[in-house]
Amino acid sequence: MTLSQPVSPLAQVRYILSENYVTFGAFLLFFVMVIFALLGDAIAPYDPLASNASIALSPPSLAHWFGTDDLGRDVLSRVLVATRLDLGIAVVAVVLSFALGSILGTCSGYFGGWCDRIISRIIDTLMAFPLFILAMGLVAALGNTVENIIYATAVINLPLYTRVVRAEILVRRDAGYVEAARLAGNGHLRIMAAHLFPNVLPVMMVHISLNMGWAILNAAGLSFIGLGVRPPTPEWGIMVAEGATYIISGEWWLAIFPGAVLMLAVFCFNLLGDGLRDLIDPRMRT
Amino acid sequence: MSRPSTLSIVIRRIIGALPSILGVIIVTFVLTRALPGDPAAYFAGPAASQEAIDQIRETLGLNRSLPEQFIIYVGELLRGDLGNSLTTGQTVVSDLLTRLPASLELTLAGLVFSLTLALPLGILAATRPGSWIDHGVRVLATAGVSLPTFFTGLLLIYVFYFLLGVAPAPLGRLAILYSPPDQLTGLFLVDSLLTGDLETFRAALGQLMLPAITLGLFALAPLARVTRAAMLSVLSSDFIRTARASGLAPHTILFGYAFRNALLPVVTTLGVVFSFLLGANVLVEKVFAWPGIGSYAVSALIASDYAAVQGFVLTMALLYVVLNLLIDLLYTVIDPRAGVES
Amino acid sequence: MISPLTTTTSVQTSLLSVRALSVEFRTRTGTVKALENISFHINKGETLGIVGESGSGKSVLALAILGILDRAGHIPTGEVLWSQNTETYNLLKMPEKKLRQLRGKELSMIFQNPRVALNPIRKVGKQLVDVLRCHADLPRSALKNRALELLTSVKIPDPEQRYDAYPYELSGGLCQRIMIALALACSPQLLIADEPTTGLDVTTQATVMNLLKDLATDQTMATVVITHDLALASEYCDRIIVMHAGHIVESAPTHPLFSQPRHPYTAKLIAATPEPHKGFNDLIPILGSLPDLRRSDLPPCRFISRCDRASEQCQQEPLTYQQLEVDHWVGCWHPLGVLQ
Repeated sequence: MTLSQPVSPLAQVRYILSENYVTFGAFLLFFVMVIFALLGDAIAPYDPLASNASIALSPPSLAHWFGTDDLGRDVLSRVLVATRLDLGIAVVAVVLSFALGSILGTCSGYFGGWCDRIISRIIDTLMAFPLFILAMGLVAALGNTVENIIYATAVINLPLYTRVVRAEILVRRDAGYVEAARLAGNGHLRIMAAHLFPNVLPVMMVHISLNMGWAILNAAGLSFIGLGVRPPTPEWGIMVAEGATYIISGEWWLAIFPGAVLMLAVFCFNLLGDGLRDLIDPRMRT
Repeated sequence: MSRPSTLSIVIRRIIGALPSILGVIIVTFVLTRALPGDPAAYFAGPAASQEAIDQIRETLGLNRSLPEQFIIYVGELLRGDLGNSLTTGQTVVSDLLTRLPASLELTLAGLVFSLTLALPLGILAATRPGSWIDHGVRVLATAGVSLPTFFTGLLLIYVFYFLLGVAPAPLGRLAILYSPPDQLTGLFLVDSLLTGDLETFRAALGQLMLPAITLGLFALAPLARVTRAAMLSVLSSDFIRTARASGLAPHTILFGYAFRNALLPVVTTLGVVFSFLLGANVLVEKVFAWPGIGSYAVSALIASDYAAVQGFVLTMALLYVVLNLLIDLLYTVIDPRAGVES
Repeated sequence: MISPLTTTTSVQTSLLSVRALSVEFRTRTGTVKALENISFHINKGETLGIVGESGSGKSVLALAILGILDRAGHIPTGEVLWSQNTETYNLLKMPEKKLRQLRGKELSMIFQNPRVALNPIRKVGKQLVDVLRCHADLPRSALKNRALELLTSVKIPDPEQRYDAYPYELSGGLCQRIMIALALACSPQLLIADEPTTGLDVTTQATVMNLLKDLATDQTMATVVITHDLALASEYCDRIIVMHAGHIVESAPTHPLFSQPRHPYTAKLIAATPEPHKGFNDLIPILGSLPDLRRSDLPPCRFISRCDRASEQCQQEPLTYQQLEVDHWVGCWHPLGVLQ
């Protein structure tokens, strides 16, 4: 077999995606969600805050695909617009968590000794709490705002990132290229930031994707029990909570649609994470 | 090589749990006393006058230095004093104790449901690779962790209560017509059985089913997945090959040899699953109006009943530490290697 | 296909007779033809050695005989004939239930890495009792005593205490003895020992092999010793079969095999085996490596790529076996020491 000319990156991507239909589907869905998040206001057929008592609690119809809620607001528009808030909270929380967790994990894994012991002890203490309940406690202590929802979600995700990064750094700490970098006179910071951590990034992409789903669930859970987001802001968790009272009398669309979209979003990130994991390192599969 | 006695293993594990307990106490201390803002105002509540706030500050010693406050705090904990609830007017401890059995019953029922399904599904999936059960379990594992607990609960209510009419109204542990059985353990199912009150038993069971299933579904996915993975791994191991070469009967190999070994990772996963379960408990209690400590905490949160919320967080954390300890001990029972410290 | 050692007389006197056995594994990347046209026999009380590199298919052969191949494995052709009480059965066609009655009772196997080949969370004595309960016709109360007797017979010191031990508490040598006790619990007619000494230190190796030899003599048990260690095979086996890449290439009694190897592979194996008088530079490695058994265009002789005697004939004609001396068979068109 002779070597033909180098394969273009686009062709490579196309090849990889063709082998993994499910991942491809998840990618598409992810894309759609991002579009909704960015352009929700523009795409929504109605104003999510516009109430109209005369058409309150009407079931799904051609005019209102997802029906209307108890104040006559269009459920579809609210669900669309809520994408930004739900994804936004999760993304910011995960980014914060990842950033801090990476720093802590890298120091912990690289330096070892007291640094490792202290950081591990802090992480272990965080893990001694059921995480959702810790988030509740944090929001209660810091104050009931959306910002604090983000901080609380970031804190409870911190142990995951710290531990994973630490484990990956430990594996690579004594690798040849690190030794070479050290001998070449690189300082600790440079070695950690420029040599070690970049190698950990692919694995972290998998964890981030899987964690995003969990972060969305957490944030929605907190808003379901009434923390953070206040009405009339459209957000999936709070919409499910508001719609819960109506399910018993059969008006299912208020709660089911936002809940289903929430589930779809989480599912999308989980599939994405699974797909990435298969691409990057199938050995991580359980 | 001699094996350490069971007692010494238990004691060592308990001692190992002490740092976690200390950590939990410190964190809750920081949450309650050491955050920005005026803790006294939090404890006094949103409707308190300035005098009331100052009064609280005195009583709780919030004007002392932090180390002093910590000692006072620990002292209070040891006395079982978690403060008073603004909304109920009772001590937080008595509130929690009254409501704890309801939550325990719910969590236990959920766990039983989930294990009863997860273990057989995992075993079947592992022994019939490529079959529809295997694919089903794998889909369940991915989809299951995507399910928002509160959504599943509402969906189940809609289908089984509203559409099919087979489930009772989700209004708590017992319909209004029934009175709770005599209090022996606080668990309605157990108590009604012990007192021979079958009618109440049936009623309580009916109310318990949907919430327990909702909670259990959440734990089902990770447990089924880990059972399947553990069984697959064990079934391809060397000692199973030896057992087959010795001509042992298939069910002896599957249950006596394979499953017991596969239990080890399952028990380890239980620890993580409990973390999720205790959190999901809060959501399920809200959906089904279940009078447990979860719904107590939720109402306290909304009402800014500070002491109640923090008491709840502390209690759940300590409960979780104890649960992890029990899981650890269970692990050492199953795996004789675990007691030997390297 | 002419296969060696399948004259009617040998079938009648042999304990186990394998005829034209082939084994394939279906994998994601293709079908691996792990064994092709394997034929041999073993007689009562004999010790047969099967030698070859890792990957030559020795273990697969053993697992196929016992019927405990991996799920992906499948047997397209062949027979495994087992003689018992003047009856002959084809193990491959036997229903699983009957096969289980044979396994562990008449036909046993021990494995390498004994420490991981035993159930790690079950006491070794209990594991012995499990096998006894399955096969031996003993009342429950007598099971433990029989287990203790077995522990004594494999020369395990302090059997009472060891009965309650877990595999992780025992050394590799002790674990191997436990495995032998398990395999010999019901005095089988045939024992297959797959790399019984790998992972053990040299002194323990000798002890284990001597134990096996003694027990085999006591109980008139046939033994198949699968090993990559030629020296071990030469010392303990009556006859030896040499395998390469899923084929049998040579079969002979031990002494003739080592003094007059006929297949180029056998000769190279011997030349590559360390011996006290050989210096490091005297060892001659065998060039090349095992061919990829997934290829559909495998040559009839799988040694071609590593052989310096290969010719057109080897590429074209299917592999047949020639009997060069009494009981000495070789599968080669250009055997050593034979004038063409």
